[in-house]
Amino acid sequence: MLVSGLDVGSRTIALVEWDGVQVVREEVVFTGTSPLENSQKLTRGRHYDRMIATGYGRHFITEHSLADGVITEIKAYALGAKQLFPDAHTVLDIGGQDSKVILMSGNGNVIKFEMNDRCAAGTGRFLENMASALGLSVAELGVHALRAEKSIPLSSMCTVFAESEVVSLIGQGADSHCVALGIHEAIVNRINAVVQRVGINPSFVFAGGVAYNPCMRKLLAEKLCPEINVPSDPQTVGALGAAIQAQNDLQKGQAS
Amino acid sequence: MINPSTLEEYTQLRPTSLEAFEMLRRDNASILLREKEKGKRIIGAYCTYFPRELAQAMGAIYVGLCGTIDAPIAAAEKDLPRNLCPLIKSSYGLAITDRCPYFVMADMIIGETTCDGKKKMFELLSEKGLKNIYVMHLPQVPDEPSSLALWISELRRLRTYLESTFGVTITDESLREAIHLTNEEARARQAMFDLNKRKPAVLSGMDMVNITFLTGFQADRQESIRMVDAVTAELTEKANNGYAVGTLLTKRILLTGTPVGIGNEKVVKLVEEAGALIVAKETCGGYKTVGLRIDENDPRDPIVLLAEKYLKIPCSVMSPNGDRLGLLERMVKDFQVDGVIDLTWQACHTYNVESYAVAKLVEEKLRLPFLHLETDYSQSDTETLRVRIEAFLETINN
Ligand code: SF4
Ligand code: SF4
Repeated sequence: MLVSGLDVGSRTIALVEWDGVQVVREEVVFTGTSPLENSQKLTRGRHYDRMIATGYGRHFITEHSLADGVITEIKAYALGAKQLFPDAHTVLDIGGQDSKVILMSGNGNVIKFEMNDRCAAGTGRFLENMASALGLSVAELGVHALRAEKSIPLSSMCTVFAESEVVSLIGQGADSHCVALGIHEAIVNRINAVVQRVGINPSFVFAGGVAYNPCMRKLLAEKLCPEINVPSDPQTVGALGAAIQAQNDLQKGQAS
Repeated sequence: MINPSTLEEYTQLRPTSLEAFEMLRRDNASILLREKEKGKRIIGAYCTYFPRELAQAMGAIYVGLCGTIDAPIAAAEKDLPRNLCPLIKSSYGLAITDRCPYFVMADMIIGETTCDGKKKMFELLSEKGLKNIYVMHLPQVPDEPSSLALWISELRRLRTYLESTFGVTITDESLREAIHLTNEEARARQAMFDLNKRKPAVLSGMDMVNITFLTGFQADRQESIRMVDAVTAELTEKANNGYAVGTLLTKRILLTGTPVGIGNEKVVKLVEEAGALIVAKETCGGYKTVGLRIDENDPRDPIVLLAEKYLKIPCSVMSPNGDRLGLLERMVKDFQVDGVIDLTWQACHTYNVESYAVAKLVEEKLRLPFLHLETDYSQSDTETLRVRIEAFLETINN
């Protein structure tokens, strides 16, 4: 058996091929301006028994007959996280554009979820903007913040206001490590509020691009849950979940 | 879904009684204009709390006014704050831009002190001097005897006002006739809504929205009742012969929250595009008021009977509003509901706050999936709403 999951996001497309036991291939490319073409390139020459699409472009891809079915990224992240961490009950995904918190049952079914997609606060976008206000890259921001002695809290969570606040703090001579830590704390507090609504479980999975950030991992562990599981590739959890769905469909004989 | 494979098949399957409503879309305004030319008075109102029987008893036509479309919101935002409920902005925008034919034709507009945004909007609208705008003082603690006393006096004040403004007499006799008519309308609507107690259901959420919206602007209420009864009769017969919308597996959703009509129906559409069905609407224009009927054999003053009835509407502007929860609980059982969606317009504080109580009821007591969606009339969040709705549907029976 060879199935696959394709997570067509607004920034990246992730593909995971699954043979029923393990991941046999995974790839992440930029979505660019032609998600269909870029998806086709990823899968060219491959034959799958079933392929499930997820992410923002899921319907679009399926309408063009590339995938056999769709699931939402909520379900995909739940299935993917469950596959990687069988004891997991809560998934936090912080991507570039949105963030989501998912509560799952023992068998990986979604019980409840919350999404933040209206506002950049609480997403990777917030960190990106703040990093550039500090003159750093996103990759540097987390490491930079970890060197702070104390944090300088931000008073605003709105990206636009927070950005000028950061600029003026630096202008007043504030230590940029401490400001960076304050930035991370602001986003963690924001996310904490959403997590509390859904409910938290000791086995926690942290996925999405922002999971690469070491300061975010540290703060989340302190504030939310001491045991945080970060997938080795946090960007392909959704695609893995879609592949698992494809496998489940085949097993249930629901493939059409 | 019926899933017809061709357009022809679809047209064949579509009940003719439902087709009839399409004509209303075209004809409602012109019929009203003809009545107006014949000398009929037209009273417009924005909200379910207006005791329409008072208008009907003086021989006037009562019409609901528009407030469900996005286009006029930009015009409204010149005067109104942006973070105001879109329903209020839409109503105001339509009124000041002369784009609502019903507003233009109305001889008088009646508002009530429901939510804060609306009552302040009426002040602005009234200042524009476009229409005679009359605001009723609606009390908001429904179970207090003093509220009923105030509301009774407000109905009497309006009765006197209508009589002196239009030089008519509103007799108890004519009020009782109007009560009968409104009872009949509620009876007809409820019978139609109740069709969907069947599983599989027979009326889509989109059809429900379409029918309740279009009949709201209909000048001839008797005709409206006939059309709704025709739907019930035809669909009952068809259903007995196997017709259904969807299958036994189709997920059955109950919609509650702020009012929905044509123009702001995006959530209903998204739910049904995702393969589920809105089988019942607790909202205004839906099931919220159909159960509130006056006992026509009650010999008391009809004004008192009306006041009692309207004060029982389970709208979130009331505090407390326990009747809404009771109604929801009954509907969830009667309509064999699989999940509840609470749709609230942005900046509608009363419905947004009350969503907490609805969530608690649905998730903890009824143990069903619950989704709260807060949005406006724009299409900008269509895709994110789609994800939420599809993910919500995935949590049902999984
Ligand atoms: S929801 Fe409440 S305020 Fe709005 S129209 Fe209905 S009864 Fe009136
Ligand atoms: S939806 Fe809420 S805020 Fe808007 S008019 Fe109705 S009660 Fe008022």
